[in-house]
Formats: sequence, C-alpha cells, structure tokens
Amino acid sequence: MTYSAGYGDPESGGPATAWRDGWPVYDRSGTVCVIGAGPSGLTAMKNLKEHGFGVDCYERDTSVGGAWNWRHDRSPVYASTHLISSKPFSQFPDFPMPDSWPDYPKHTQVLEYLEHYADHFDLKPHIWFGTEVVKVEPAEGERWDVTTRSTGGYGGERIHRYAAVVIANGHNWSPKRPEYEGLEDFKGEVIHAAQFKDAAQLRNKKVLVIGAGNTGCDIAVEAAQQAARCWHSTRRGYWYTPKYTLGRPADQVNDLMLWLKLPLRARQFLAHRTLKSTVGDLTRFGLPQPDHKIYETHTIVNSQLVYYLGHGAVSPVPDVARFHRNSVELKGGEVIEPDLVVLATGYHPSFEFIDGSLLGVDASGRPRLAMHAFPKRQPTLAVAGLLQPDSGLFPLVHWQMVAFARMLRVREAAPAKAVAVQRKLEAELDRRWTTAKVKDSTRHWFEISHTTYLKAIQRLLDELGLEGAK
Amino acid sequence: MRAREWAFPIAPVRREVRRATPEVDEGRPPVLFVPGFGHGAWVFAEHWLEHTADRGFPAYAVSLRGHGDSAKAPKATLRAYAHDVAQVAASLPRRAVIVGHGAGALVTAHALARYPARAAVLLSPVFGGTGTALRNPMLSLPALFGGGLRLPAGQLFSRELPSNAARGYAARLGRASTRAQWQLLRGRTPQPPVGDPPVLVVGSPDDRIVSDTALRRVARGYGGAPLLFPGMGHDLMLDTRWREPIDAILDWLEKSA
Repeated sequence: MTYSAGYGDPESGGPATAWRDGWPVYDRSGTVCVIGAGPSGLTAMKNLKEHGFGVDCYERDTSVGGAWNWRHDRSPVYASTHLISSKPFSQFPDFPMPDSWPDYPKHTQVLEYLEHYADHFDLKPHIWFGTEVVKVEPAEGERWDVTTRSTGGYGGERIHRYAAVVIANGHNWSPKRPEYEGLEDFKGEVIHAAQFKDAAQLRNKKVLVIGAGNTGCDIAVEAAQQAARCWHSTRRGYWYTPKYTLGRPADQVNDLMLWLKLPLRARQFLAHRTLKSTVGDLTRFGLPQPDHKIYETHTIVNSQLVYYLGHGAVSPVPDVARFHRNSVELKGGEVIEPDLVVLATGYHPSFEFIDGSLLGVDASGRPRLAMHAFPKRQPTLAVAGLLQPDSGLFPLVHWQMVAFARMLRVREAAPAKAVAVQRKLEAELDRRWTTAKVKDSTRHWFEISHTTYLKAIQRLLDELGLEGAK
Repeated sequence: MRAREWAFPIAPVRREVRRATPEVDEGRPPVLFVPGFGHGAWVFAEHWLEHTADRGFPAYAVSLRGHGDSAKAPKATLRAYAHDVAQVAASLPRRAVIVGHGAGALVTAHALARYPARAAVLLSPVFGGTGTALRNPMLSLPALFGGGLRLPAGQLFSRELPSNAARGYAARLGRASTRAQWQLLRGRTPQPPVGDPPVLVVGSPDDRIVSDTALRRVARGYGGAPLLFPGMGHDLMLDTRWREPIDAILDWLEKSA
C-alpha cells in the first residue's frame, strides 16, 4: 500500500498542506493519479508501480474492467461481443492470455483477464471504487489537484494533490448521435448501440442498423439471426475481412507480411487478391465500393456479415435521408418501416472533469495530443488508450504507459533531457500515425497503424534510455 | 516490435504443472521452478516443492513442452519453452518468482523479457554458446548431430549421492528438442528482463557442466556475484545436500522480494 491512513479525511491525520477555493488540499507527494480502472487505467497503474511510483486510482464503478465489464453503466459491450483482434494482438505484451483460450476471446474472458491482471499485480488496493473525479486542475510545480466524490453522491468532495495524472476514462461510452431530419417525430424505437445489450432486444422486430463500423456489422449479424427483417445502412464502402484467412487469424497473416517487410503496395495487392478469391466483390450485394485501398483505414473484421448478406438476411441500404412518423426515407428515395433503429454511430471522447484547453481540445471537440497521448506543455499529464488501432489496443496502451512512467522518472533524474524529449514530442503534435487517406470524420480522429505507432514509441523509449521495448 | 511473435504465435500445448501450497496463505509470492533440458517437473517435486511450501511460499514446477508429463513437442524452440514459462507464471494468482535450472535458467532469462517476475533465481545456469559445448564435448557432441545431450549421473550429482539413487534419477531424464539444443549451442543473449526484478545466481564450483567462470559471467550480467555451494553437483535440487541451496534461496527471497 502506498497511501497513508486517512484518505482525504482531516480527522484521521491526512495532512492538509494547502487550500483551494476554501477546501483543504491533501498532498499525495510523488503519487500519480489514474482516472479509471479499465484496461488502460490498470496498465497505467501496473507500469507506474513497476517504475516505483505510488498510485491512486479513482473508478466510478465498483469493479475493474471499464468498458469490458458489461455490468458497468457505461459499458458498450453486448452479450455476444468477441474481440476482433486475435490473442497475440489483444494481450498485454508482458502478460499473455491463457493458451487454452480461443483465438478471439469473448468479452467475459477479457474481463476475467483484466480482473486477473489486477489481482496478479496487486492493483486493487490502490483503487478507490465508487469514486468519480469531478475536477482536475493544474497546481503549482506542474502538479495537479484532483477533486473527487463518491459516485453515489453522498459525502463531500475531496481534493488531493498529485505529481502527475493519467486520464484513462475510456472513449467508448459517450454516444455520438447523428442529427437526422424528423428523428424526434419518429414513432418507432431508436436506441444507440451503447444501449444494445442482448440479441433478445431485436427478436421478431424489423430492425434498421445505421453504421458500418465493427459494432454496426456485429449488430446487423445479430439482427440477421434474430430479427424479422434487417436493413443495414452504410454511408461509405469499407473492406470487410473475415476473421480467418489462409487458415489463420487474418491479423496474424497481415503481420506475417509485415514481418517479411513487404511494402504497403505489395501487401495491398496480396490482400486484394485474397479477398477477391474468398469474399468476392461485395458490390454485388449492393454495398458501396470502397473509396480507398485496403489498409488505408482499419478494416471491418467480420466473417458473418458476408454470409448473411448472401443469405438475404441482411439488406444493405444507403444512408438515411430523413425520418418520418412511421417510416425512414433513404437516400435514393426508398422508404422502409423499421420498428427499431439502432444507431451504431460511435462515441465521442469526453473529458468533462478537465478544462479542454489543457488537452488542446479544438472547436470540434478533438483533443490535440502528441502521439494521441501527451498534451502540449503538460509534461505530467497523459491520456491513455485514446487510439483507434488496426490491431488490439492493450499492447499499445501498455507501451504508452511505460513511456509515460519513464518520462516521469527522467524528469526527476535528468530534467534537461526530459524537457528536450517533451519539446520533440510537441513538435510532432499533428503527426499522423497511419498511411490512411481518410475523411476528417470523428471516426478517424485516433486512427493509427500499430506498427507505425509502436516504432514511434520504441524511438521515444530509446531516447529516454529504456531498453526492452522490442 | 514483435512482428515475428504476432505472425507466428506459439502453438498451445498441454503442460504438466506440479504444485505444493502452504496450509496458510501468508501472502508470499508464488515460486515457479523451471527444470533444465531433459529434466521434468518431478526433479523439483522430489524435495524442493514441499520444502518451499513448508516455508510458506506456494510452490509450482512446470515441465517444459516435450518434457515430463507435458505433451510431446519434438520441434519446440527456446521461444516455445519461454512461452511455457510465461504462460504458467501469468496464470498464478500473484506475481511470481521464477527459479530456472541449467538450460532452464536460459529459458527463464528469455521468459523474463516477456513477464515481469517479482524476482528470479538462475540455478547452475547453462547459457549455452560454444564455450559450454567445448567444456563438455562428450555431452554436447551427440547434440551436434541431432542426438540428445548426454547427461550421465556422474556429471550431474556429487559423490555423496548414493550411486543407485543417482542412476535412478539419470534414467528418468528425457531430452529437449533438437532445435532447442541447437539454439542453446548458438547461445543468443536474452533480452533484458522487464520490470527490473532482482536476480540471484546460484551454483556450485564443483559443477561439472557449468564452469565457475561461466557462473560468474552470468551473475555479473545481472549485476551480482553467484551464491556458491561447494561440493555439490549440477542438479542441486536432487543432490544429498539439497536443503542448503533452497533454504538460502528462500532466505534471499524473504529479504528481497
């Protein structure tokens, strides 16, 4: 245990060393605050601990797992969720998932994995469950005052001062709802994918799924099996890769090509050939032609969608033009009458507890962060896991947090070097970590290629004098 | 970047794990024993497993694939062996201490780059390379031609161990895969351990397989000096005076982990 007795409680000896707006501020000295105990928060804690830091983590729910704990209010997970990246890409690089698990584990297994990770590395004693962060404000000496209160709303607010803060509150919980003409007057049921929990919600209904992301495709597949009818509305054409190609998980085949150091064009050629011979031309089902080459955005990983398109159980339709009282008009003029509309239209990143300018949030709500993690001029602040990778997320967050912990250590040991590294990072503020030629939609704000990104982290770790990130 | 590991993940196998847990959980870290080439989990089950549990540490021993009662793996690589160790270590309830013996110490060193152990102990470490082979030409010669490493009783145990017991142990030994033996001869240096665990090197100056210099070299690589038990053979855990090294290791663990 790294914290002293008396969490924020003046009567049990917590030393109030400063005041803020009439409230006592309890100094946690070199301790780092982690916001959220999902995968990103857990790996932040583990790596900070490994670098010798004290850690306090605030989690608004009463257990770990974040988005992967489907009992949590904000979890986007539904009953049939499975990983879309295979195990080697999905696990923390220093904590393998069990060999006995399948290539693509189910969400309950991911939660089990995260709970085991928390127990294995003794993280739970550092987590304040049922506590939410209300405010994060800069304090003197590049430190941070963090105001917390119980999620239930009882008890007062408490302020602690930390040496550094890791924001790991997740970015898949604040639903993004598109605006459609006439949506308010529509009499059918409209839910966001965040509210979709179980296939029973679709049973025997006429369902319209809007959105071509992985979630939208998964729900369309569920609807194909459960609903009376399923329309799937997509705006752009995407590449649909099956979960298995050439007898192996598709992402492993892709990395085999990367290991062989094949150039992008050669990989694209091979992938196009493979898809053509297995999946075929999807425009024959009425799907739009992709307006980009494969690997320019992360592909939709779904083996079943094509199967159900071929069985007529999913009808692809274009974008929605407007809603009427009892029907939906599509671009192109077709009118359909769904009972249920599922908006699989993604999520907004939301950091309601911190002044957006500290994260460089622009008018559109997009935070401008070096490597999508490190804010400008805030060397003691990091945002963990704000990425849309073409692989699993966990290994990337792991290395982000190793780099952050290392940067904090270098700040103490060699401040001049730390400043130089920070400057260099800031110079790359708007660098893209993917070769994708994508529209500037919110969906692609955090799009990265896992190889490009990991190479950049490797360089950062080398600069910081850390070996072992290979 | 681990493109090779992503492109070619290690195939899963059934692994034998033996265990002895203390009656009362005192919150001490689990200790995972990794036997060397040809050895199975049984070499630790003989004395050390129970003794470690008696001292309050949950104790586990894994048989690397192709060894002991684990599934056969004639084409296993050092990477596959290290994977076996990391898998078992990660499955334990708490962050583990890994104790690797002989070539199992090299496997452990590779696993330490993939799993942040709480601490590690390298027992009579065989880190391979031509030096080790030249010191033991009669042992390694068959391995050069695809045979097994010859591990006769006289090389493994001290004279104090009754000869029928020594012969009995030697008869139970198996062999590592040919590929792994080749990789041992090549002696690729393991990547640095993650999580900066304390590492203790334990051995005997009278070990006929690992020279005193080799012991010191490995220990220096981890920033320390070896803890030596004169008069003992290579297989410290089966020798007559098996109690001394394990007690010293557990004392060290109590202090440093």
